[in-house]
Amino acid sequence: MGAPVYLQTPFDAEVIKNLKAGDRVLLSGIIYTARDAAHKRLVAALESGESLPFDLDGQVIYYVGPTPAKPGMTIGAAGPTTSYRMDPYTPRLIENGLKGMIGKGMRAPFVKEAMHEYKAVYMAAIGGAGALMAKTVRSAEIIAYSDLGTEAVRRLVVENMPLIVINDIYGGDLYEEGVKAYRRAS
Amino acid sequence: MREIHTDKIVQAVRDLAIRANTELGEDVLDALKRAQAEETSPTGREILGRLIENAGVAREEKIPICQDTGMAVVLIKLGQEVHIDGGSLTGAVNEGVRRGYREGYLRKSVCDPVTRENTGDNTPAVIHLELVEGDCLEITMAPKGFGSENMSRVTMLAPSLGVEGAGNFVVQRVAEAGSNPCPPIIVGVGMGGTMEMAALLAKKALFRPLGTPNEDEETGRLELDWLNRINLLGIGPQGLGGRVTALAVHIKTMPTHIASIPVAVNIQCHASRHKTIQL
Repeated sequence: MGAPVYLQTPFDAEVIKNLKAGDRVLLSGIIYTARDAAHKRLVAALESGESLPFDLDGQVIYYVGPTPAKPGMTIGAAGPTTSYRMDPYTPRLIENGLKGMIGKGMRAPFVKEAMHEYKAVYMAAIGGAGALMAKTVRSAEIIAYSDLGTEAVRRLVVENMPLIVINDIYGGDLYEEGVKAYRRAS
Repeated sequence: MREIHTDKIVQAVRDLAIRANTELGEDVLDALKRAQAEETSPTGREILGRLIENAGVAREEKIPICQDTGMAVVLIKLGQEVHIDGGSLTGAVNEGVRRGYREGYLRKSVCDPVTRENTGDNTPAVIHLELVEGDCLEITMAPKGFGSENMSRVTMLAPSLGVEGAGNFVVQRVAEAGSNPCPPIIVGVGMGGTMEMAALLAKKALFRPLGTPNEDEETGRLELDWLNRINLLGIGPQGLGGRVTALAVHIKTMPTHIASIPVAVNIQCHASRHKTIQL
């Protein structure tokens, strides 16, 4: 376990180049939320040449559908959802400038290839630690698809959100490496 | 005949929904602490520590343990000497879910399977009704997150494959699920009955408190055997590698047809939430 890397969004090529699978990250800045239904709309908008609710260039998307904020709170519980469901849409977003994704769980080989080709990284947050994750969110604002409720696209400002790099641009995969290191039999 | 008014049921279901989503059971907390002691991966130990911390924050601040506050699975044991007064039992359960999810600031995660349109109030609940002797009404609320539900499977094995085939199916399912269902997981297994009964048995197996033995000794041995095999897979907390992939395997069986071994695996994430009340 190395010391955590403090990162600020948006990501440029230099930041991406230096990240390796297994790196601890404390992320600050603006990130955007999108999960299943929002991904479908984002890609449909790209396909039909419409403009997106936010410019993807250098940005980070967090796969989350938070619980409603209680009065006086910024956001409700806000841990990651399982990422593979976003796989069919992800290469399209990466081709258009997306540089980082936050979720949990394995990605498809074609997503890892797109990450390698277009230089993007995939990071995991702790699944099921929604109450803790919420504490790193400083502000939350719905910017698109408000009819989707929890699945609306939100602009979050986060501070020192604890993450771990799963897939880097060099083909590193922390899930594969971790399991290999601890597997003892079948 | 004992009368129970639906108002009482609505209130009970509302309260259970909120409590289940914000207060992790002591049995699960204890199991996470035991896992922390057993885990050999430093990252794994750190993650287990964060999960225990998360449960504390959720309980103290009354916010959900996990943002996936689930689809409401409600198991009802209705004494046959009870008369429900004031309307329909199903209606009362759904009204309780509606209020609990609204007043408890829980996420509305239920949508039409065809149009994908959100129902807006987390109804309908998935209700399993059992008629039992007596004049008591017992309600168990188990909000089920779908990161783990998506990793669940049912199969119909040929009898020639035997209990070994069932074990292989269960272990293989956990291996393939990998990091997706938020390990450390609890593995509910239903064996026997028909296809839908195997699935229901697997779900009910998850309601047994962690750390309690199976009431059947032979089945209990199978649970330990399969748990050991699962914990050799190396998946570990959050799938980042480690010893503790599962906290427990719980098996529920019933007799089946001579032509089959129905086997269902219902995977439960570490946020194993369920609360019970007797009215």
